Amino acid sequence: MVLEFRDEGIFCPAGGFHIDPWRPVDRALVTHGHADHAYPGHRRYLTSAAAAPVMRHRLGDITIETMEFGETRDINGVTVSFHPAGHVPGSAQVRVEHKGEVWVASGDYKTTPDGLSETFAPVRCHAFITECTFGLPVFDWKPEAVLAAEINAWWQANAAEGRVSAIGAYSLGKAQRLLTMVDSGLGPILTHAAVENTNDVLRGQGLTLPETVRVTPETDPKMHPGALLIAPPSALDGRWARRFGPMSSAFASGWMALRGVRRRRATERGFVVSDHADWKGLNAAIAETGATRIFATHGYTATFRQWLESQGYDAQIVQTEFGDELVDDEDAA
Amino acid sequence: MKRFATLFTALDQTTKTTVKTAALTAYFEDAPDRDKLWTIALLSGRRPKRTVNASRLSEWAAELAGLPMWLFKASYDVVGDLAETIHLVLPDPAQTADRSLSDWIDMIRGLSAEEEPARKAAILQAWDQLAGTERFVFNKLITGGFRVGVSQKLMTRALSRATDIEEAELAHRLMGDWAPGTTTFAGLITAPDPEAALSRPYPFCLAYGVEGDPSDLGPPEDWLAEWKWDGIRGQLILRGGQHFLWSRGEELMTDRFPEFARARDFLPDGTVLDGEVLVWDAEAQRPRNFNALQARIGRKTVPKKLLAEAPVILRAYDLLEEDGEDLRALPFADRRARLEKMLDGIAPQAPVALSPVVDFADWSDLAPIRADARAAAAEGLMLKRAASPYHVGRKKGDWWKWKLDPLSIDAVMIYAQAGHGRRANLYTDFTFAVWKGNELVPFTKAYSGLTDAEFNKITYWVRRNTLERFGPVRRVPPEHVFEIGFEGIQKSTRHKSGVALRFPRMLRWRPDKPVQEANTHDDLLAMLDQYG
Repeated sequence: MVLEFRDEGIFCPAGGFHIDPWRPVDRALVTHGHADHAYPGHRRYLTSAAAAPVMRHRLGDITIETMEFGETRDINGVTVSFHPAGHVPGSAQVRVEHKGEVWVASGDYKTTPDGLSETFAPVRCHAFITECTFGLPVFDWKPEAVLAAEINAWWQANAAEGRVSAIGAYSLGKAQRLLTMVDSGLGPILTHAAVENTNDVLRGQGLTLPETVRVTPETDPKMHPGALLIAPPSALDGRWARRFGPMSSAFASGWMALRGVRRRRATERGFVVSDHADWKGLNAAIAETGATRIFATHGYTATFRQWLESQGYDAQIVQTEFGDELVDDEDAA
Repeated sequence: MKRFATLFTALDQTTKTTVKTAALTAYFEDAPDRDKLWTIALLSGRRPKRTVNASRLSEWAAELAGLPMWLFKASYDVVGDLAETIHLVLPDPAQTADRSLSDWIDMIRGLSAEEEPARKAAILQAWDQLAGTERFVFNKLITGGFRVGVSQKLMTRALSRATDIEEAELAHRLMGDWAPGTTTFAGLITAPDPEAALSRPYPFCLAYGVEGDPSDLGPPEDWLAEWKWDGIRGQLILRGGQHFLWSRGEELMTDRFPEFARARDFLPDGTVLDGEVLVWDAEAQRPRNFNALQARIGRKTVPKKLLAEAPVILRAYDLLEEDGEDLRALPFADRRARLEKMLDGIAPQAPVALSPVVDFADWSDLAPIRADARAAAAEGLMLKRAASPYHVGRKKGDWWKWKLDPLSIDAVMIYAQAGHGRRANLYTDFTFAVWKGNELVPFTKAYSGLTDAEFNKITYWVRRNTLERFGPVRRVPPEHVFEIGFEGIQKSTRHKSGVALRFPRMLRWRPDKPVQEANTHDDLLAMLDQYG
């Protein structure tokens, strides 16, 4: 086995390193900065160059080395490289080659381009470790342009009625994705500090995002009529959001494809914007790897494994601690 | 269908009742009469009959989507709604069609006369002609489950705005057993047919639960108290030499409870009573528990033996019509006085008896009486303002229910199952056990009572602590104690624990309580002895 599944995370015995481990280890290759993949406490981190700034921002003073996408490195006779996963800016799949056998750990991924993250690049391999957060045929994402039109129409209608449009989104990835989707000519865009801090980091590494206004205790909502407000979902439920007066609330997540989940959140609108692959995306990505062995991690693993078996793959379920570190975060998927 | 789908989207996309009312009003001002009639029917729970069964629909949808049946079922388990699952897996339509809501409903109703291949062809064609929400709505119509989060009250208000007919009058016109297939919008709403009024019940006056202390309600002399019975709320109508019994869910129960035919021998025509249908133990002169009634509820026609074993009566607590005159505007005390006069000395074999008033001089008298409600075979007290009219529907302030606190027991969670629909990605359905020596005996399931935050926390824990999986069910280590509340307890031969609970739910999560200190099977049996 080029990679093994251990209690502390995915491990490469020949190379002596881990991928996205959830307990402290000596050397961790980390796919992206979300909390369920980038845990604190490892001695050394290795990430894609584009993922590193956010990781430093979130984990503080860590020892971190970086590689460009496609660059290779030898670790104890094992060749490793990072390849775009299309999930959030900088997110990577990890390719691991030992004695001619190639394994790829996908981390979280999305196959369709979003104008923000480096576009997913399929990597040929023998074994592929895949997420399956949305591994059911009911998940079928609409094209980016259609989603953008829905969100812009909602914003515009609210602005016309003098209401703030508040949209709940995870502060790394989803928030910036929304920023690239919306028509910034429609009005001012206000951001919660958690979102704006991440914006600052990403702008600092050269990403282009529309102009935003950071909400501070001094911010006067009246100065920003018809604004779009982007904040973590938890902030929209609490006192923080009350100062904005009458607002229409929305939530952006792949889970919004399910009417029941949308109703549970009790927001007015649910936009089906996900940074994970949908059913077709997952199947296409797996086919393109050419892999025969598939390991399904977080998501509808049992169903997805059975499906892959019926499609002729040698498929297994792997227990990881990805994807469910907080159900609310998963809602933000 | 476009217009109706737009309405559906508008209603589904907001949580604000003002926005919903405005959307519905606009629809009622604008839609063709037949569509309006069907919309009223759908929003008041009068759905078209299912003409295609759910498994056929599932098969056809799976086939069209190119999915194996097991995968379709696994998807359905997560989505929790067949209409939505089908909508989500189907490929995009290739054709278009512009047919009205009532047109599509006629098509669906017509399928009952067709053979299966023709039904299939019609459904597949519809799926290939309807896009987006229209297809979802169509699926809701064929699967016969239609809920949009619009109360009858809200719908009536919108209809009232669109027609300028008073809300209470409309609410009354919408009661009873009308069907959209046999009436018209005019016949129901704008120029109602007097014939149809004969069987029509009044909208039930509903109560809220007491919040805080009843003494906050004001001077006790302004209030009347009654037992709150654990039966079926019913309205008994004697008009035109006929009788009708309606449930609060507006179901006509006349045939289910033939006992009430004799009510005409004891009471005058032109009478409408509000009360509780209860299985009556004539010897003990008290109602039997809800289980006895359950046996009757399930039967459309009642075998003689059951009729003798579990006879029902109506314990009446309000008089809504006397000599054909609507009394609802009178103060409750006056209606009550008329009711008592009418039922005074009624023969013991009559299927109607008076539900007594519970006397009290001061609020402090009432608490111990309520605490003793189980001994009176009641589930608490009702408090009604003496001066109040008989309201339409639920209105805060005049009628309150003051129920007993539920029975409760501390139990250990041993299995968890993911919810569906609203709770598709959470573990919400748990099985609970009590100790029998060193063994845990499962005795109930419960799936409500926790906050979303608590369900999130439990879900997180379940995912990490699964010992075994049986399909969607996960066995978890016995580590968490929950206080389970329930309304009643019965002996059961079907359950390993020997008991069955009524309305079990989680009252709270007890992280403070060690598992060893959960209750025992003996505790449960003691409760059965006391309350069963």
